[in-house]
Amino acid sequence: MKICVLVKEVPDAAVEKRMDQSSMRISRSGERNLNPFDTHAIEAAMQVKEGGAVDVEEIVAVTMGPESAFRALHKAVSLGADRSIHLTDEGLAGSDVCATGYALAKVLEAESPELVLLGQQSDDGECYTIGAVVAEHLKMPSLTQVIKMDVADGKLTCERQAEYGYDTVELQLPAVISVGDAINEPRYPSLKAIMGAKKKPLDTKSAGDAGIESDRVGEGGSRTKVLAINPPPAKQAGEIIEDEDTAETVQKIVAWMDERKLLA
Amino acid sequence: MSGILTYALHYEGAFNKNSLGAVSEGAKLAKEIGGDAGVVVVGDPSELTDELCGTLGSYGATKVYRADAPEGLGAPVVDVMAKVIADEGYSYALFGGGLLGFEIGAGLTARLNAGVTMEVTEVHAQGGKLVAKRPILQDSAVVDVDYLGEPGVIIGRLNAFDVRESGDGAAEVVEVDVQLEEHSTRAKMVQRGEQRGADVNIEDADILVAGGRGLGKAEGFEMCETLAAAMGGAVAATRAVVDAGWYPYAAQIGQTGKTVAPKLYLAAGISGAIQHKVGMQGSENIVAINKDPNAPIFEFSDLGIVGDLNKIVPKLAEAVKEKKGG
Amino acid sequence: MAFANGDTPSRGTGGKVAPADFPPPVDSQGEFIKRELDDEDELIEVGVAIVGGGTAGLSCANRLLQLLADDPELTEELGEVPVAVVEKAKTCGAHNLSGAVMRPEPLERLFPDLKREDWRKEGFAFGEVDKEAVYLTPTSKRSIRIPPPPPFKNHGNEVISVSALARYQQRIAEEQGAYILTETAASQLIVEDGAVVGVRSGDKGRGKEGEELGNFEPGSDIKAKATVLAEGCWGHLTGPAIREFDLGRDREPQTWELGVKEVWKVEEPLDRVIHTIGPWPLSTSAKQGQVGGTWIYPMKDERTGDDLVSIGFVIDLEYADATTSCHDLLQTFKTHPLVKKILEGGERVAWGAKALPGGGYWSMPKLSMPGAVLTGDSGGMVDTVALKGVHHSINSGILAAEAIYKGLKEKSSDFSSYEDAIERSQTGKELYEVRNTRQPFSKGFFIGGPLVNLFIATKGKIPIRLPWHRQDEREMFIGNTKDKYPKPDGKYIFDKLSSVYISGNATRDDAPNHIRVQTDVPREVAETWAWMCPAGVYEIPDDAPEAGNVDVIVNYTNCVQCGAITAKGGRLTTPEGGDGPLYQNT
Repeated sequence: MKICVLVKEVPDAAVEKRMDQSSMRISRSGERNLNPFDTHAIEAAMQVKEGGAVDVEEIVAVTMGPESAFRALHKAVSLGADRSIHLTDEGLAGSDVCATGYALAKVLEAESPELVLLGQQSDDGECYTIGAVVAEHLKMPSLTQVIKMDVADGKLTCERQAEYGYDTVELQLPAVISVGDAINEPRYPSLKAIMGAKKKPLDTKSAGDAGIESDRVGEGGSRTKVLAINPPPAKQAGEIIEDEDTAETVQKIVAWMDERKLLA
Repeated sequence: MSGILTYALHYEGAFNKNSLGAVSEGAKLAKEIGGDAGVVVVGDPSELTDELCGTLGSYGATKVYRADAPEGLGAPVVDVMAKVIADEGYSYALFGGGLLGFEIGAGLTARLNAGVTMEVTEVHAQGGKLVAKRPILQDSAVVDVDYLGEPGVIIGRLNAFDVRESGDGAAEVVEVDVQLEEHSTRAKMVQRGEQRGADVNIEDADILVAGGRGLGKAEGFEMCETLAAAMGGAVAATRAVVDAGWYPYAAQIGQTGKTVAPKLYLAAGISGAIQHKVGMQGSENIVAINKDPNAPIFEFSDLGIVGDLNKIVPKLAEAVKEKKGG
Repeated sequence: MAFANGDTPSRGTGGKVAPADFPPPVDSQGEFIKRELDDEDELIEVGVAIVGGGTAGLSCANRLLQLLADDPELTEELGEVPVAVVEKAKTCGAHNLSGAVMRPEPLERLFPDLKREDWRKEGFAFGEVDKEAVYLTPTSKRSIRIPPPPPFKNHGNEVISVSALARYQQRIAEEQGAYILTETAASQLIVEDGAVVGVRSGDKGRGKEGEELGNFEPGSDIKAKATVLAEGCWGHLTGPAIREFDLGRDREPQTWELGVKEVWKVEEPLDRVIHTIGPWPLSTSAKQGQVGGTWIYPMKDERTGDDLVSIGFVIDLEYADATTSCHDLLQTFKTHPLVKKILEGGERVAWGAKALPGGGYWSMPKLSMPGAVLTGDSGGMVDTVALKGVHHSINSGILAAEAIYKGLKEKSSDFSSYEDAIERSQTGKELYEVRNTRQPFSKGFFIGGPLVNLFIATKGKIPIRLPWHRQDEREMFIGNTKDKYPKPDGKYIFDKLSSVYISGNATRDDAPNHIRVQTDVPREVAETWAWMCPAGVYEIPDDAPEAGNVDVIVNYTNCVQCGAITAKGGRLTTPEGGDGPLYQNT
């Protein structure tokens, strides 16, 4: 079985994220790291490989990003991926969720994996949907927010917390699974693995190499446009009650909540 | 092309609140830009009866498209909605957020090569088209997003849209006969909606009563639980008290715990330091009880009570119970 | 002139307790020195291991790789990894903080092809010092400008950020072929047959009690032909090394100062470098022992066009009032009209804290031992009157590289030529000149001040050695310095917790506790820690008794690893790699 893990380089959680007013895109300066959710995806891949239920020939880390994204790939490799693919191209900059999913799907098509894993969300895009977009392009079944996954005989049994409780779903491989952070506790790479990461094969591909149609990606391929960036709605200054007569205070609180239909 | 097509999720005889909000919103927007307010429901026709589906009319739906296909999974709904949009010419697909809303919305986006905005908190009609507003960068900014071409996909933030009864009669129910794509048949629901009591999912709760250091001791959470029960909500906790072992990690809110945005967040004995604030600042209504008048939480609470929570919280629980007539 | 050999601290005399009476539970040499290397196939072998990816460590790496670039033979001998830098933060620079106004020559020597404009384009330099001013602040409202005493003459120096500089140097080192191992702590020094043969990296994945969690990953031995300790202030391995090799013999004990810094974005650019030397908001009495000063530096960020201001408060940890809090003193200082004029209307964009070695020349340990050397702050090479240490870090890094290069070529692990090199260099000469200029302040501002001036005016020619004392032996009392502190308002005056937040501190919730302190201590000691710590790590429970012993709560996940606790009775040990703050432009 070949497992492809989609990873992304995102600003470190501690870096203050800003929008670049001139380009209307998220500013890409500051520290960057492997998206924390993706470390869970790599760990899930490793657990499938080490689990023994299926024979995993290789785990391939794939990313789409600017030049600096190779660091995310090195990290993925130090955590256990056997090799990595870096899709990078000026023409891909500014791609929205749909375009990104399409571009990644093109790269994955060429790899023909049985299982595609990724973290369910990224720290910066806050879109939570890349997995579903990729799956649709690859015509594979998919599931998001998976917190338990077992592989056996060409199918997956997954659990996730949906609107009404926990769902158990069976999917036939090949499939695309977005994992939640509750699925596992990612391992720490050993120093040897970290130092050896540079030596594992890293394949750099341009959009042309991957067969990506340029008019479907990048800013030009975007199907939405950001019109304006606004500060969040200002919160009105709140009311303050000094409690002297608790019985009275409590009635005031109840009245306040009732007014706002919070006691339905 | 015109009109808004909304997806409504159903389970055991009822549509969920999130979906009803989306249906209401879809109806409102359809009136503004013209066209039908259609709703897609997918599942077992013996459960999705004409009567039940018709009730969507009271939220403003003009037409309900019903398809007999597996329920609770995204791909079949993508197939259904893609067909309805192609056949009936809807301009926008609208979802109420939640896991399925996102999955279906995303799949549909890819299928139709459409523009999509997610975590939408507001939608406006502008010149016959829709503009979606969504927060970004952990709620530190809000962007206005325009759609280029049609259709456009709008995925709302959980519970962002208000449920509004329009006072209209039953909606027309129409069968949709759809041929599912091959890959849509390769996922099978084995068990749906299993309740696991021990895990309280505070992210879904509409009302949260959160306790912090000011409670004084672990036992302080008992009164939070009483109040939460009276209000029909769940209990959450700050990192400090979780660290101290007063409450489980699953209830932790803040920078390293969960992020919540309930309709009401009632904070008892919480100072409101920023590490906690980032986890709950999106709450619609914030009520804070603290004995320190300088506690930072009073700067962003909607209603602040300076006083002894040991006196206030139990009395409040009683008053709420009384008000609710229970 | 006769100086008493300092006050001999007496212990426990009614309301006064010394933190040294409650030593932390730590066995420095037992825990942090490993006596035997692992087997060949388990360990990692490198040419030169540099512990610490700050200014000194990276300067050493940069210089070494420059020398190796012209020496393919030696490079090959050093193996696959000629130079490895072990850095516990997420990235080099994340744990670095300084004022800073830097003397340019060492950096110019290290990168001769770079011009000052290039420094600014790279984002670590913010302008050449043109105007400068030094003020006395006799009260909370008044300021008196005085002609800059020689240590404060900064004309021609450059305002920089060590955090940003380290990031730049990391990039260069990587391009030069160094392996920069970030998120990796060095937890033990490996000593075999009386020589340093490498370091051991820290474990990852231990729980609160030190137990192994599901994803536990043990550290590895890193065997090296030469080890450079560039750990910055204090250093986790430097202390044990000094003990092991008796590097502190015949030297004064090291003393420390604590600095708390903020960076502000302002509307009106500041046009000069400012230093204030008190006395307000500090007390002038010798009993209080409050010695400190401030800086306010303009920073023009060429990359964003922003006008920034770096402002900081430095205090000698010698003080005796337990309620002395450097963070709060900085907030107090901001209420002075001199500062308000500069900062009001602006926005705070960064905060951080760091201890620095204050003992100067007499407290510097011997700088080399078989197989290893000490550089930068680890070697105590800071001039705390002029607040200058960055250029010494760079210089010592360069000289260490050159001595190691020479040693490796001769197949020797004796790098003692480094010590002479330092002594003869700009660093040695400058530090020697100011060797007595801080000690007199312990006599108080008014008596000490003129003496300091005397030593400065005579350029250190008076042949005398003034002693230092261990700071944790100072008796603490609960005074009223805290009455000065303004209330936080979240806009101009900030509390500790929100400050820790913007430092980018991301320490794992269930990481093991890396702070060693006795937790059952007298109130005076507990208050000392609670007030001193800029990150609010130490807390006294609300219901603790007003007198007698209290149970200290240690919120170690707030720790920004400034190091101050080690000076006042505790011990900061090696945290898990990747934890701690993420400073950007401090």
